Amino acid sequence: MLDLLQLGVSGLTTGSIYALAALGFTLLWQASGTINFAQGEFVMLPTFGMLALSSLGLPLLAAFAITCALAVLVLGWGFKRGIADPLLQIGVMPVVVATLGLAIALRNAVRAGYTAEAQPFPSLFGDQIFHLGAVAITLVDAGTLAAALALVIGTQAFLTRTVTGRAMQAVAQNTEAATVLGIDVPRMIFYTFAVNAILACAAALLIAPTYLAKFDMGESLGTKAFFAAVIGGFNNSRGALLGGVIVGVSENVAAAYVSAAYKDAVALAVFMLVILLKPHGLLGTPVGRKV
Amino acid sequence: MTPQRPIVTALACLLAISSAHAEIKVAVIQELSGTGATAGTNFKNGVRLAIDEINASGGILGQNIAATIEDTQSTPGVAKGLVLKAVDDGAFAVFGPTFSGSMIVSMAQTRKAMVPNFTGADAAIITQQGNRYVFRTSFTQAISMPKLARYIATSLKAKTVAILFVNNDFGKGGRDAFVKAAASNGLTVAADISTEAGLLDFSAPVLRAKRSNADVLFVYTNEEESARCLRELRKQAYDRPIVGETTLTGQRVIDLAGAAANGVLAHVGLTADAPIPAVQAFREKFEKAYKYTPDHNGLKGYTSVYLLKAGIAAAGKLDRVAVARALHGLKIRAANEPGVLMNVAIDDNGDLDRESFIVEVKDGKQHVKEVLPPLTRF
Repeated sequence: MLDLLQLGVSGLTTGSIYALAALGFTLLWQASGTINFAQGEFVMLPTFGMLALSSLGLPLLAAFAITCALAVLVLGWGFKRGIADPLLQIGVMPVVVATLGLAIALRNAVRAGYTAEAQPFPSLFGDQIFHLGAVAITLVDAGTLAAALALVIGTQAFLTRTVTGRAMQAVAQNTEAATVLGIDVPRMIFYTFAVNAILACAAALLIAPTYLAKFDMGESLGTKAFFAAVIGGFNNSRGALLGGVIVGVSENVAAAYVSAAYKDAVALAVFMLVILLKPHGLLGTPVGRKV
Repeated sequence: MTPQRPIVTALACLLAISSAHAEIKVAVIQELSGTGATAGTNFKNGVRLAIDEINASGGILGQNIAATIEDTQSTPGVAKGLVLKAVDDGAFAVFGPTFSGSMIVSMAQTRKAMVPNFTGADAAIITQQGNRYVFRTSFTQAISMPKLARYIATSLKAKTVAILFVNNDFGKGGRDAFVKAAASNGLTVAADISTEAGLLDFSAPVLRAKRSNADVLFVYTNEEESARCLRELRKQAYDRPIVGETTLTGQRVIDLAGAAANGVLAHVGLTADAPIPAVQAFREKFEKAYKYTPDHNGLKGYTSVYLLKAGIAAAGKLDRVAVARALHGLKIRAANEPGVLMNVAIDDNGDLDRESFIVEVKDGKQHVKEVLPPLTRF
């Protein structure tokens, strides 16, 4: 039981970071029908951005703020205008292929242009350890979990409680109706891409201290986040959180009680089980298709 | 002047020019990206430093060394192809790969072409196949694990040990050698935990290690995984001694693991912190050239070029077969060939013997606790 608790804490922390990346998946899908298979690399790139800025002597939070601004410009506006907008006119498949290619290009660009070696990354939180009963929890874990949950809940609140957020949701639900209502649809779609870029920066800030900064760090993260998004429901932002936690906890439990060799496979197994039994995800809703 | 005279003169000139430009071509085939990037980059930089020094001092038998550097991407298939290419290009010697899996699949190429092949790979099987052209730059697991197991049993007075290893050729070879050595030193294996290469989250394996309640935890994984494992051990407040082999206390692992590396013990064949003047001088040169502290792979790369130099000197000619033959059974004294840094003996399998060290990480640095003498008498 104690082991399960310890695994649960670790799994929750990891899962909450998966949830941040998964939330990006669901937001982009809902707002523009974009499936971004470079989502993991969208986390990796800001990691190295922050490292580069920190090496210039900037404090971590200042580096994070500048990276967020750059990410909104490059991973938000640039990605939308350069890849999503032109290719979505043809269909979803070209976007999927283009983002797969983009992921490879970004990985190799960082490998060749920065470094192929893993780099240590400073943590926002100290590494003090405290005990809850017999369960050891570090400040890093607790802080990461709290920050990730706050971000997911904050994003949800922004989407549901603010005028801009509701307008973004309206665009996601029905673009034509939103246009008729006078909502600036292109602007709302850009906001979604911008939110995705900022979430990616936040995920980078939280995950890199534990996983280390490396050019291929996004590969596994992107896959797990995609599984999490589908498990939770691709058209439901709350589903991303649920999916992330399920993937994070289940892979930890499998690694401890079965074998570490099956750690990655368990996320895939849950993913397959969910799409077989509940194709729209645990919290997703069926969407009618026009014929 | 007879009509033949100008032709002879021209030929002599050509010969002189070609001899002036003759070079000893070597191939440095290392893990410069992927999971082995830390090890491969250190090895490659060590080789480059040694080559620059040797060339600056007149080369070997009057010829400079020319190196081609290739990246295996930490993938055995790529490594095999690159070694084949190096052999086809006429390399006099091959340095690498460092990953045991890559070495195992590629060394048949150098063996077939009779090209001396120096490797930092640890897997015991590499030198157990009768390959006369493979030479280690560090201890085999069959030599280092018994030394480590004896230290755990006698100095740490442990009765049980948990093993956490990476499930690749390097890890499995080390695990097998350690289990054997543990048994012969009266140690009981309380947990045998396999992990995958590239594993990011070590919470489950570390929990299994804690659950085993073993007196000591032996960690045998690659660089990045070692760092992640040490971080997770600290996160879960693991309070028993953590011991490992060379990799666990490499400077790169220490840098990546941060405070989590403090207190970790390891048996290392080579360390830049060794209290030996020649090693300290090497460290200084390396840091000046590359702006970071070398790990054991940097030392392996550096000394491997000097092993080749000593082999050529012993053979007396630039002949691959003669050099390989001369290297077997060769004892190289650091007084005669300072580049080898410590007295070193190469046995008939291509394995080597020299002093080794037990180190402890304190305040982010390795500190040598004990110097273990070589088994060979010089």
